[in-house]
Amino acid sequence: MRTVQVNEVTRAVREMCIEANHFLSADMKKVFDEAVDKEQSGLGKLVLNQLKENLQIAGDDMIPICQDTGMAVVFLKVGQEVHFEGGVLSDAIHEGVRQGYVEGYLRKSVVKDPIFRENTKDNTPAVIHYEIVEGDQVEITLAPKGFGSENMSRVFMLKPADGIEGVKEAILTAVRDAGPNACPPMVVGVGIGGTFEKCALMAKHALTRNLEEASPVEYVRELEAEMLEKINQLGIGPGGLGGCVTALAVNIETYPTHIAGLPVAVNICCHVNRHVTRKL
Amino acid sequence: MEKRIQVPMTKETAAGLHAGDYVYLSGIIYTARDAAHKRMQETLQKGQKLPFDIKGNIIYYMGPSPAREGRVIGSAGPTTASRMDKYTPQLLDMGMGAMIGKGKRTKDVADAIVRNGAVYFAAVGGAGALLSKCIKKSEVIAYEDLGTEAIRKLEVENFPVIVVIDAEGNNLYEEVMANMKA
Repeated sequence: MRTVQVNEVTRAVREMCIEANHFLSADMKKVFDEAVDKEQSGLGKLVLNQLKENLQIAGDDMIPICQDTGMAVVFLKVGQEVHFEGGVLSDAIHEGVRQGYVEGYLRKSVVKDPIFRENTKDNTPAVIHYEIVEGDQVEITLAPKGFGSENMSRVFMLKPADGIEGVKEAILTAVRDAGPNACPPMVVGVGIGGTFEKCALMAKHALTRNLEEASPVEYVRELEAEMLEKINQLGIGPGGLGGCVTALAVNIETYPTHIAGLPVAVNICCHVNRHVTRKL
Repeated sequence: MEKRIQVPMTKETAAGLHAGDYVYLSGIIYTARDAAHKRMQETLQKGQKLPFDIKGNIIYYMGPSPAREGRVIGSAGPTTASRMDKYTPQLLDMGMGAMIGKGKRTKDVADAIVRNGAVYFAAVGGAGALLSKCIKKSEVIAYEDLGTEAIRKLEVENFPVIVVIDAEGNNLYEEVMANMKA
């Protein structure tokens, strides 16, 4: 058994909220630079250059990259040899989000009830996904999610007979419908298989994968490359103003599913694909 | 084409803009997003006046992040305009000059833009840090209890936008969609 104080979790989450909203990961920056070189359309190039400059200003002057600093999504991998002390783990995570958003000048975008819509004023609660794994480590991934792109995400309950062609069409449909609304160039997270909620969760988790790492599964790797090419052929372009850079990456996760189903979820993220991971 | 215009703007200025133009705006604009639009509509339904003169003015669909000490505003990029579509035709018929947002609009909004000689501009979504540098003054003028969704009066200087729907009804997004290959 290894003991972890929950206030260490609070401190980490607080810092990660601020970091994620001001600095993109190195892999995101790299694909961005490649996109600027690739784009041919005049307006498209202009948009990408604005976004590049925006990233620079955000980091230099500590202004959030986007005013929508998101709802905080937390993936927690907890080693089963870990014992938490000093409070309740989920409370510690929410407290980290509260501190990060209030003290870090981040926007409070969360409402208490989906119908009555009163702002909680500290961006809590977070959406937390726990996974129990082997070992005595705690791995926290924080991914603030903006809703311009979240609103354009979809779940398709396909039939087994629809096969891989059905999956491709579902992904293209989601991207096509999103068009300019999801702040392209986007990162497309896809979950295939599992159940209704499992595929949605995989699609979200796929967005946190390093863009330079391809899937370990051969057919998935090929599908990712093929879909990136097909999406970029749509012509939506940066800002939806036309061009060949509509997506920066397509990340896909799969899971076994039922004999009767083929669930597909497409979670779209804008170019501000924020995620930070730390181990305690 | 690149243009520089002073706002609030006249119908003559609007008539000279074309979908695809890159425009720098300078002058006064007002922010309002979901909750402020809902409240403005309730105000009108009660027969009361809006908190600012809508005639010829521009609404920017934006809710900023908080300003650090000594700064005018935090990150300040556009939000998705389509959530305001329900409220927009009425405001355009009252004389609103233009809107700044991002993303598609309904046909009702596009028709109201043409009917009133207005313009729909897009700012670059996700460029909130860059756009904040063009905002020289910010003051909450109504609905302070809505926090980031309050109505703010902004003074902007060379604020970069792109004309998406012009007064003749040309629509840049639809032109892009029409050219889609798949």
